[in-house]
Amino acid sequence: MTIDKTALRHLAGLLEQRTGQQIGPNRLWRVETVLKSLMRERGIANLDALVAAIGAAHDMTLATDVVEALLNNETFFFRDAQAFELVRNGALEALRQARASSRRISIWCAGCSTGQEAYSLAMIFADARAKWDGWSIDITATDVSEAAIAKARGGYYSQFEIQRGLPVSSMLKWFDQVGHDWRVKRDLARYLRFRRHNVLMAQTGSFDLILCRNVLLYFSPERRREAFDRLAASLAPDGYLMLGAGETVIGQTEAFASSPELRGLYRKTAALRVKAA
Amino acid sequence: MKTCLVVDDSKVIRKVARHILETLDFEVAEAGDGRDALTHCEATPPDVVLLDWNMPVMSGMEFLKALSATDLPKRPKVVFCTTENGIGHIKAAIEAGADEYVMKPFDRDTIASKLQIVGLA
Repeated sequence: MTIDKTALRHLAGLLEQRTGQQIGPNRLWRVETVLKSLMRERGIANLDALVAAIGAAHDMTLATDVVEALLNNETFFFRDAQAFELVRNGALEALRQARASSRRISIWCAGCSTGQEAYSLAMIFADARAKWDGWSIDITATDVSEAAIAKARGGYYSQFEIQRGLPVSSMLKWFDQVGHDWRVKRDLARYLRFRRHNVLMAQTGSFDLILCRNVLLYFSPERRREAFDRLAASLAPDGYLMLGAGETVIGQTEAFASSPELRGLYRKTAALRVKAA
Repeated sequence: MKTCLVVDDSKVIRKVARHILETLDFEVAEAGDGRDALTHCEATPPDVVLLDWNMPVMSGMEFLKALSATDLPKRPKVVFCTTENGIGHIKAAIEAGADEYVMKPFDRDTIASKLQIVGLA
């Protein structure tokens, strides 16, 4: 079946306007697939009719629902195990020394999707409770998707979701079975605060570690640069930024540079200059 | 190349698992029940066993107990793979010696992550 490219462009434009995220030409194919159930529920025959319905604006929630459906919420627990090892044995060990007097660490999980990455971070601390005893650990997890944040906050995961990346021992330790699903235990949830937020908007607070993984790849170069500036403004001078496995700051921003001591993490360029001087 | 023995009485499940494991660079062998699996492990111990729960001749649990009783120099890692997700079921599998647990249906990411968890990826 031929898909009308005008409708695709319109829907991609709507997503970019609302979230800053783009749908690359190689991913346009998924637009109709992810909107299929929404169109069926609302009795909309095809993408042209969907665009017309959004334009008619009889239903104010339609555009929001379309944008929610177009967002890619793919995630799983401890996604990219090496990255979590770098957090556990690299960033957190460095911060443990740097924050020895305040005993306070603040982390921002930017683009947390349905929460698996944020709960994975919390497990690093919860599994080493004696080590972090007396420390104040605060993980702020944000996403542009209202639906994703609601799910993350609820802390319910299906069997399919929970077994993706999560060791069975951690599943039994940190989740309760509720029917066929699994609900996060309060002892783990207490580390986290979930909030709807777009990484292109200003963030309140200063963080010691920011994880922004597999988020910025959906932005145009200009928007990506803006996002890096926002992240830099929210990161403590001696803090660390972690990106997705295939992402880099090189050629994208001057605000960050590779951490000389912890490969795979980034530091604010200004802070590195001060250190070198 | 790492080796995996897929133990399941369903040919379809074995085929799906084989396909996933081969894309993860595993050399795959198959067994249709626990007894065949035990014979295979004693002759050529794999690095990991993907083990079904309900099988004829010898069930997954019986296989686990029999495997523990062998004097293999290096016991293969075992990922239990079932259609049951009751917490009692899962705990029983872990107490019997399974290293990991996965519920069917599974996908490549799930299998890859479980293999990584048991130190094989």
